[in-house]
Amino acid sequence: MNDDYQKSILTKAKEYAETVIRPQAGEFDRNEFLPREIIDGMASLGLLGAPIPEKYGGLGLDPLHYGALTEIIGKACCSTRALLTVHTSLVSETLVKLATPAQRERYLPYLAKGVKLGCFALSEPDAGSNASSIKTQYEKKGNVFILNGRKKWITFGALADIYLVIAAEAGVGTEIEKRKTSAFIVERTMPGIEIKPMSGLLGSRAAHLAEIIFNNVEVPEENVLGNLGEGISFVANTALFYGRYSIAWGGVAIGQASLEEMVNYARTREQFGQKIGKFQLVQGIIADAVTQVHAGRALCIKAGELFLADDDQAVMETNIAKYFTSKMACKVASDAIQVFGGNGCLDQYPVERLFRESKILEIIEGTSQIQQVLIANYGMRKYRKR
Amino acid sequence: MENENQARLCIRNFIDDNMNLMDEDVDLQDSDNIFEKGFVSSLFAMRLLNFIEKEFAVEVRDEDIILSNFCSVDAIICLVKRLKGD
Repeated sequence: MNDDYQKSILTKAKEYAETVIRPQAGEFDRNEFLPREIIDGMASLGLLGAPIPEKYGGLGLDPLHYGALTEIIGKACCSTRALLTVHTSLVSETLVKLATPAQRERYLPYLAKGVKLGCFALSEPDAGSNASSIKTQYEKKGNVFILNGRKKWITFGALADIYLVIAAEAGVGTEIEKRKTSAFIVERTMPGIEIKPMSGLLGSRAAHLAEIIFNNVEVPEENVLGNLGEGISFVANTALFYGRYSIAWGGVAIGQASLEEMVNYARTREQFGQKIGKFQLVQGIIADAVTQVHAGRALCIKAGELFLADDDQAVMETNIAKYFTSKMACKVASDAIQVFGGNGCLDQYPVERLFRESKILEIIEGTSQIQQVLIANYGMRKYRKR
Repeated sequence: MENENQARLCIRNFIDDNMNLMDEDVDLQDSDNIFEKGFVSSLFAMRLLNFIEKEFAVEVRDEDIILSNFCSVDAIICLVKRLKGD
């Protein structure tokens, strides 16, 4: 893929993000609603299929340019970035990797163009970090699978047309963690699906989160994604890799947005007869923020380069990048509020929203603690004396 | 496969570098089910898939993306041989 072509896409995306999305992000958050016009606007620029191969109607961006796109959109609005994370990374990229040719032909052209929206349904009321404890069940009957259960925290679940659902085999043993899990492509139009939009969230308020309830939903066997029994090992883990890569860039986006806000405020706000940016303690906060954001972006670029090279190390470097940038976003957004003082606690300024949004990144796509366990296991082997 | 012993060593080293365990006395055998023995978690399966495709220049077919094909050094060698038509 030509670099100039990819850069031209980023230029258009930046213009749309800065002139259309960013000025309205606070309103989307207050209304807890990302309007359809924004989704359609993203789709009209091809951004919802940004990393999808051109043969399926996508733009074919490589991981590095797609990461940069995620930062551009995330800087403007976290809920719009969440659409990229879920629809494009978790669902569409997973279908590119693991779907059958027939499934790709059937779904990807619509997903790439944003004609249909996808969401990823793994989490449940009692299954978060321990994904293998999911209670949503499937049972084979003839040539269909019957799905029953409840999914929760499903980003864009209230709006999506296609759900990538992970469920456990019904009636096999009593130890829930030992049951087989499988992945299903479920369409919103299938009878038996109930959607309950969620509100009152700390962040991602405009991202149409929902609970999705499956009551004897019949899913044709051709809608099994990957092989039966490999729902978590291959499908969910693949999806979560793509999702984590996106979230890692989302952390850079919040860090960068917070940094820009604090710099501009420090250059205009006056106390004690001078701009607060002239005080060295404020400069210290800004220096730390610049350093942290640059470090986070460097980790994401490293992960992206490995991803581009199809190197297996991309998975661990993505975990490291996600862990670092989500914590970095929390720190920089918190520091931005410190620079703003009382004004930072008001929703009239974006840093209040950025602060709330940053915390979400430490929880979704694997909490910081799960990342620590993974990174520690990796480090304990890699850096041991032999 | 031109040099099976070398391939086994390469896979063994990759698994060994990524095991969850701290115990240095654990001696990975080619027949060990690395998932059932808790040497690695299922999160590792996807990395194994990428590693094998790249290291041995093969494309694992959709129907072969199942944990049992990646659960031991023996199983992986068997898969690679099959994909290479050996």
